Amino acid sequence: MAADLPPVIVGAGPAGLGAAAALVEAGMRPIVLDEAARPGGQGTRRLAPGLAPAAHRLLGPTGARDTAWREAQEDRVLAACDWRPGTLVWGVFGTALHVVHQGRHETLPFDRLLIATGATDRCLAFPGWTLPGVFALGGAQVALKQHAALIGQRVVFAGASPLLYLAAVQYLRMGLRDLTVIDSTPMAAKLRAAPGMALTAPGTLLEGLGLMRELRAAGVRLVFGAQVARATGMDRLDGIEIHHADGRSERLECDALAFGQGLRPETQLAELAGAEFHFDPALRGWFPITDPDGRAGPHLWLAGDGAMTGGRSAAARSGRLAALSMLAAQPEGTRPLADNLLALRRSVRRLRRFQHHLATAFRWPQDQTARLPDETIVCRCERVTAGQIRQAITQVAGPADVNRVKAITRCGMGRCQGRYCGLTLQDLTAVTSGRPAAAVGRLRAQAPVRPIPIGSAEEEGMSP
Amino acid sequence: MPDAHPLLYPVGPRRADVTLWIDDREIPACRGESLITALLAVGEMTGRSEFDQAPRSGFCLMGACQDCTIWTATGQRLRACMTEVRDGMVLRRQPPAVGVDHGR
Repeated sequence: MAADLPPVIVGAGPAGLGAAAALVEAGMRPIVLDEAARPGGQGTRRLAPGLAPAAHRLLGPTGARDTAWREAQEDRVLAACDWRPGTLVWGVFGTALHVVHQGRHETLPFDRLLIATGATDRCLAFPGWTLPGVFALGGAQVALKQHAALIGQRVVFAGASPLLYLAAVQYLRMGLRDLTVIDSTPMAAKLRAAPGMALTAPGTLLEGLGLMRELRAAGVRLVFGAQVARATGMDRLDGIEIHHADGRSERLECDALAFGQGLRPETQLAELAGAEFHFDPALRGWFPITDPDGRAGPHLWLAGDGAMTGGRSAAARSGRLAALSMLAAQPEGTRPLADNLLALRRSVRRLRRFQHHLATAFRWPQDQTARLPDETIVCRCERVTAGQIRQAITQVAGPADVNRVKAITRCGMGRCQGRYCGLTLQDLTAVTSGRPAAAVGRLRAQAPVRPIPIGSAEEEGMSP
Repeated sequence: MPDAHPLLYPVGPRRADVTLWIDDREIPACRGESLITALLAVGEMTGRSEFDQAPRSGFCLMGACQDCTIWTATGQRLRACMTEVRDGMVLRRQPPAVGVDHGR
């Protein structure tokens, strides 16, 4: 019976855990699924056990204490949930999730589903970005936190993202000195965004300025308004060429580069579950449509960065909001919670507005795609080049659309399903056809949202 | 050819206590670490693109990009960044049989 089904939460990052905490407080026992073995998600990813002695150094004394307290809270919440780590959700059909757990396929029916799948790095292709030694910006942090390793000994962090400074500081605190930060946004643009940031999230702004100060004090070179033109090397990275704002070129020797242009929401499951999408021009991306509490359908709620980029605090609060909305929709047998709903909504809205100011301070390098050399690999998986995509766009009969260009070139059809080429494809299609990015469409999601072993698909229906 | 330079530098001391093989090369590894750490720490790439044979060794490190895809001797596909090392693992940079790309 539908009424007997516990709520299901996909993703045990800040949003999923925020929702789980509220549901547990209300007396429920939600099912919490995550692909990873440990809770935390990406930004609040837990440190590898081997790194525990370095927690103080890496997070700072306050950070280490806060983190330990938060993780203990999370563990208490998860102990009261049906917590299923190591579970890959690969599809949603009707009101059932299709999952793989320890190589076995299972079907999980739901009547209330919260998807909190977070975000991944937003990456714009450039020549040489497929070389070993080049990583996504978030990957550099995962390398450290989960794999307890640094991506190189001479490391460059480049792109348009506040995470550049966070990642660089984390590497610095682990003892690496040979670091360079190349921020593609000029300082003048950052100053213009400062008042708005100070109004919406002064604490976050101060934190960011503190990171910059720490890097400067350590003698780390910070370059503003420059872009990585190419990465070079035979079988691995040996350096990069950057273009400064004044037109000068410069070569930097390095053995690792981490880059990113902010975050993109992971929305494949939300789309399969029936969510509709809108284009956010300030964030230059497609986001699912929800009500202010994250409800996206009769059985569907979305929270965190997978619903709208907002960062850790916004994610946790939006998760709580979604849980409250779930409880309001089906209050039978639950304890009422004493949250101030209006204040919670206001704070989520304010924190998400901060992202729009951030988008000014770390602005999308709009001109980069137009200048991409034809031989640049755009799709890592299928090795489709910018030249092939440009040619396909001119061949498309009727208005250029990313899905038609994908069908012709196979760009976005590979194993990563367009996660890392999608934005370059969107911009190339827009620039080449002379249409706004919002008009060239959005790559559609398909199940399975991650490659799954076909052997176990045959067992479908045979598992409990 | 094995590359002497690591592609990932583990912080802190590393004492190998398990062994795995990739394309018949023996790799010392540490219990609890990921496959990608074990391989890149000794400069071993995870594979080559099936289209242009260019080396690949992981990009997102969080299970999304599939750049570190690797196969077991029985043809099971793994993401090196999402898989913990196990003693005696036998790995291949290419699927062991033609046409087997999705597992056994």
